[in-house]
Amino acid sequence: MADSGAGVPERPTPSFAFASRIRIGNGETKIMTRVLWMPILGLAALAMTGCGPAGSGGRAPIGGESGTELAEEQVIHWGNGADPGTLDPQKGRGVPGSNIQRDLFEGLIAEAPNGDLIPGVAETWDVSEDGLTYTFHLREDARWSNGDAVTAEDFVFGLRRAADPATLSEYSFIVAPILNAEAITAGDLPPEELGVRAIDERTLEIGLRGPTPYFLGLLSHPVTYPVHRPSLEEHGVRFTRPGNLIGNGAYTLVEAVVQSHVRLERNPYYWDDESTTIDVVYHHATEDTTAELKRYRADELDATYFIPKAQLPWIRENLPDELTIAPYLGSYYYGFNLTKPPFKGNLALRRALALAIDREIITKQITNAGEIAAFGFVPPVNNYEGQQMPEAAWSQQERETEARRLYLDAGYSPENPLRVELLYNTQDDHRRIAVAVASMWRRVLGVQTEIVNQEWKVYLDTRTQKEDTQVFRAGWIGDYNDAYTFAELPLSDSGLNDFGYDSEEYDALVAKAGMELDMQTRAGYLQEAERVLLDDMPLIPIYFYVTAKMVKPWVDGYEPNIMDHYRSQDVRILKH
Amino acid sequence: MLRYSLRRFLGAIPTLLVLIALAFFMIRLAPGGPFDQERALPPQIEANLRAAYHLDEPLPQQFVRYLGNLLRGDFGPSFQYRDFTVTELIMTGFPVSLRLGGTAILIAFVVGVTAGSIAALKQNRPADYAVMGVSMTGISIPNFVMAPLLILVFAVYLGWLPAGGLGDGSIRNLVLPVVALALPQIAYIARLTRGSMIEVLRSNFIRTARAQGLATRTIVMRHALKPALLPVVSYLGPATAAVITGSVVIEQIFGVPGIGRFFVQGALNRDYTLVMGVVVFYGTLIILFNFLVDLAYAWLDPKVKYS
Repeated sequence: MADSGAGVPERPTPSFAFASRIRIGNGETKIMTRVLWMPILGLAALAMTGCGPAGSGGRAPIGGESGTELAEEQVIHWGNGADPGTLDPQKGRGVPGSNIQRDLFEGLIAEAPNGDLIPGVAETWDVSEDGLTYTFHLREDARWSNGDAVTAEDFVFGLRRAADPATLSEYSFIVAPILNAEAITAGDLPPEELGVRAIDERTLEIGLRGPTPYFLGLLSHPVTYPVHRPSLEEHGVRFTRPGNLIGNGAYTLVEAVVQSHVRLERNPYYWDDESTTIDVVYHHATEDTTAELKRYRADELDATYFIPKAQLPWIRENLPDELTIAPYLGSYYYGFNLTKPPFKGNLALRRALALAIDREIITKQITNAGEIAAFGFVPPVNNYEGQQMPEAAWSQQERETEARRLYLDAGYSPENPLRVELLYNTQDDHRRIAVAVASMWRRVLGVQTEIVNQEWKVYLDTRTQKEDTQVFRAGWIGDYNDAYTFAELPLSDSGLNDFGYDSEEYDALVAKAGMELDMQTRAGYLQEAERVLLDDMPLIPIYFYVTAKMVKPWVDGYEPNIMDHYRSQDVRILKH
Repeated sequence: MLRYSLRRFLGAIPTLLVLIALAFFMIRLAPGGPFDQERALPPQIEANLRAAYHLDEPLPQQFVRYLGNLLRGDFGPSFQYRDFTVTELIMTGFPVSLRLGGTAILIAFVVGVTAGSIAALKQNRPADYAVMGVSMTGISIPNFVMAPLLILVFAVYLGWLPAGGLGDGSIRNLVLPVVALALPQIAYIARLTRGSMIEVLRSNFIRTARAQGLATRTIVMRHALKPALLPVVSYLGPATAAVITGSVVIEQIFGVPGIGRFFVQGALNRDYTLVMGVVVFYGTLIILFNFLVDLAYAWLDPKVKYS
């Protein structure tokens, strides 16, 4: 997912509202391992153990004795960042949109408050022994908000729509693991050829191009949601308007004011309406984080989308209990352009620059929200042991000594210093980090750095062309909770590889991981790939992200999770 | 009068055309495009997107197509707000901006002219210094400072008014954004009024009126105010157009869904149609208000005659 932000994943701010981001499914480890190791048993039943019905987790018992009473009015106001742009599940782009879509729709798989995967519309599922065929059994009582039954056909329609290039979906890559999806998106096959079929009204079969251990996590992503075909056919692009939109989630759309808010009310046909507490949901467009915090303090919002970084010290002092900080699936790094001098073929120089950076100073004194100094590329994800540069265990002083040695090896010296250009997209946190890094490089090595900032779209253009860039800031937020979402980024044919990194060894390891059924072996391949990456050093890891938001004490049931996903049906408002 | 109006109307067409052409080609010159993102799109989807928005045609052809659609009142679909056409976006945002901006400019006019006139009558006395002091402050404090201050005091500390959003559209929700919008305008208008009022009060016809023993009140209301308003009115034309088309800052800080934000968001997202739509709309309003200002001149100043 695109990331233009610094300390915390960037939420589109007033001036940079284009970094679209969608994060998707949270590869539930327990389910996955069981499914793959015991493929013919009653997997679904197994999968169900350990995860209660949606919305039951994390709630305090209700009753006068415990002092936990529900508020009379069950209305929640979420700060939701930028305007969602569209509510069309297949066309959505960005976190704000998917936060609303999770309330309006439900996929085959859903996510519990802690991020675990739980059954959504699919009550149970089986996976074939080769990991290539998933059969989902839909719950009988799944209904659209007009009372129609949610059928396997609706999912077939939604998935085909996601892959179909005519839909103009920017997230079609999410369904790429499904058989033929890529050929359909490329326009080589008709959408009907997608490896998805409705065996009967309540049984859906999905065929994959290769075993994809994180596949269930993908199925909680909005782009895989079902679509109510009659309303789409009747209203065309207007099917997402209030009154037209038929969803299958816990809520229905009542009002949508561009740049202001959407208002949702309970969907009485939702299969789990009984355990839903919140009656009315507002998602407010809150682009300005400072203004958002004020609305929160005035009790107009129950939770913010983000916090203004500059106010972190004030928040820590005055509202420490309401500040929620949690690890987030993101990696902040500096990339090298390997196609041009000075970095082309000069590993010693790249390593020297990487070692000269004191990451503790950046995370403790600049970003300061609890970010984790990174010596590897992949942040903590499920089923994976993050790899690190060998120098991670050293002291910063030792690293700097080694950096100086490498710098001389690379052919530079204080008399003949490296002159380098460091590019970042215009934003304050990026600027502060760039200034700090440049001064570290100068202090340790004597490098002369020119810091260049460009507006987001210009910066993207420059980066992709690989003509003028030397070192550029970048960040990546994983699309699903699996190392693969990071591993695929530096592949030689990746649409994200702006380094010009081209390693056969790396590509082969990642490809092997993509075909591997055994979870442990697969993780081994990916870990080896990350080591290769760190040895080749097309990028300098800097830190792993956190999310930071304010949540009122009376919002019960909210849990921060690594994907930063939440649903209104899982929370409730306590008396306050 | 009618002929004058017609002439002005015809004269506006080439102005608008030049504006449209400049905006159309300039936004295309900006590096990057509406579909650029960190992960490159699959080629087929990008091609389809470009075709759907006619970006695959040569630029002059796109321009002609755009003009043709514009003649039919069609601003095209938005690139960013994909469920909406630009016309729909403008039509949902403009009434909000109009309501806020219209109220603000009305208040600014009444308060500003009153304060400015008082200052002029009490020139170099405490009342004058007070008005001018306040208005200097009003001009020097930018509204991205003023607005959060207002919110902090009246919403967070005192809890009297909402901190943001339009809510149910009641007056309570409008007060703070209107005040924040009106304050700098009041300051400008007060200063303009004071300056021209002082000049008018020194002119011969006022001196004559005084000599005839007319009450100050009558002199100001009946004789001095109209000529003194001339510079204010010429300021009001473009100012009104600017205020009712929304202020990016105010809209963002108060979470008001007006059209001001569309302009900046549109430019940053390379949402070509949205930027064009707002430019054309804004340009038309400026032309319209300048025309109204000229008409008002004829009423205010007997020396001005249109034929």
